Amino acid sequence: MYVAVKGGERAIDNAHAWLAEERRGDPSVAELSLPQIREQLALAVNRVMAEGSLYDPDLAALAIKQARGDLIEAVFLIRAYRTTLPRFGASHPVDTGAMACDRRISATFKDLPGGQILGPTFDYTHRLLDFALAAEGLDPPAAPQAEASAAPVPHVTGFLAAEDLIQPEPEGPATPRDLTREPLDFPADRPLRLQALTRGDEGFVLSMAYSTQRGYGRNHPFVGELRIGTVAVEMDIPELGFAIEIGEVMLTECETVNQFTGSKTEPPQFTRGYGLVFGQTERKAISMALVDRALRWEELGEDNVGAPAQDAEFVLYHADNVQATGFLEHIKLPHYVDFQSELELVRRLRAEAMGAAQREAAE
Amino acid sequence: MSAQDPLEARKARLSTLARAPADRLLALWRAHAPEPPAHRLLRAPEIGTVMVRGRAGATGAPFNLGEMTVTRCSVRLASGAVGHGHVQGRDKAAALAAALIDALAEDGQGEAVEAAILAPLRAEDAARKAARAARAAATKVEFFTMVRGE
Repeated sequence: MYVAVKGGERAIDNAHAWLAEERRGDPSVAELSLPQIREQLALAVNRVMAEGSLYDPDLAALAIKQARGDLIEAVFLIRAYRTTLPRFGASHPVDTGAMACDRRISATFKDLPGGQILGPTFDYTHRLLDFALAAEGLDPPAAPQAEASAAPVPHVTGFLAAEDLIQPEPEGPATPRDLTREPLDFPADRPLRLQALTRGDEGFVLSMAYSTQRGYGRNHPFVGELRIGTVAVEMDIPELGFAIEIGEVMLTECETVNQFTGSKTEPPQFTRGYGLVFGQTERKAISMALVDRALRWEELGEDNVGAPAQDAEFVLYHADNVQATGFLEHIKLPHYVDFQSELELVRRLRAEAMGAAQREAAE
Repeated sequence: MSAQDPLEARKARLSTLARAPADRLLALWRAHAPEPPAHRLLRAPEIGTVMVRGRAGATGAPFNLGEMTVTRCSVRLASGAVGHGHVQGRDKAAALAAALIDALAEDGQGEAVEAAILAPLRAEDAARKAARAARAAATKVEFFTMVRGE
């Protein structure tokens, strides 16, 4: 319990003024512009959009600047801003099969229609610091180009589904539950879990996924496919009576192909985990797919081995970094009265204990 | 585009306007109509969000992925023609321009706005997409199979 206290306005104002000065840093160094953040710290912008649950690169860049690069603080700013906006409606589910892919790889099939497209990846870099970047003004050479194929880039899981080798995805309600409109409630169906995971903290979702790989609810994932690119977002416009594209978003999608032993009634089939995240957010999308798969133990008739990643309440209640930060950091706010009562109690207990010891010594 | 049925043409037009970078949309619009046509606002430009949905496993149950910012606006010209504009992001001027362009096209000026605004926007969009696709194509892996000693 904390009790409202008055006072400190001047200290708070001065602290905020100093914060603004510290945010700016050394004034002899050029100030960062939002386009610079948006263009050159794009992966930070993507993370803030994904966890802030709002696709708007300019706003995310502003939040990162205001938060001095503290990405969880930036996510908090985006979440707060989002609540001030009216919602016009919901889009049709995006068609990731029609994605304009910057990257598309499969760890399960070497030769597949559409090919393996590496895209702008950190993979295969040597993770050696590049001191050339410290010297500004060196523009990189233009990236090579090749003739693009107009052929479709079908989902890998589609090939497996055509042979019945992978479990089909069941349909669900056309209007999924929305944890931004109603409190998170259990049991959480898969659409609700996917919403919580896609906006969940990247570090938390990564660690949960890693725990399944290390044996806490192992589910033998293969990355059937990982794709990054842009998709069109379509929405029905009531005053028009038809759907239009209202924009396009960059997404990262990961489909895992996981083992499944089959049952007495069903022949063996692979199962799926799914990750879909705003922006180029590969680590998060793969993590999301692994955790999604772990949380599906019940519907797939698997044993609950008591692994943390199988526990929907544990995962979903702890995935949100704004919620977690809020509760964690509230303990630094004044708890003077709370603490005063504890202090008095400890003093009394000590006095009693010491009094008893003195009496024993005297006897 | 002009050979399409009017509904499809309008859908394509509004989709092009929605995805256009705001600065390009406004530059082309101001060059085409330095004096905007007389109009009444049916819905003043308004910033809001749209919940973007995905599907579990790309083909299954819909789920809420997160919101995106959208700005919308509706206008009526003196002739009675109504235009609706939706643009991605938070640019009210761009939403108004999109609504006016839609209204003009509904008012029989479809070919003029097509030539002055929509065709350039589509061409620029196609060029941006082609530039990315060409870079992606250059990163496509050509596998070599190592010959095993047998």
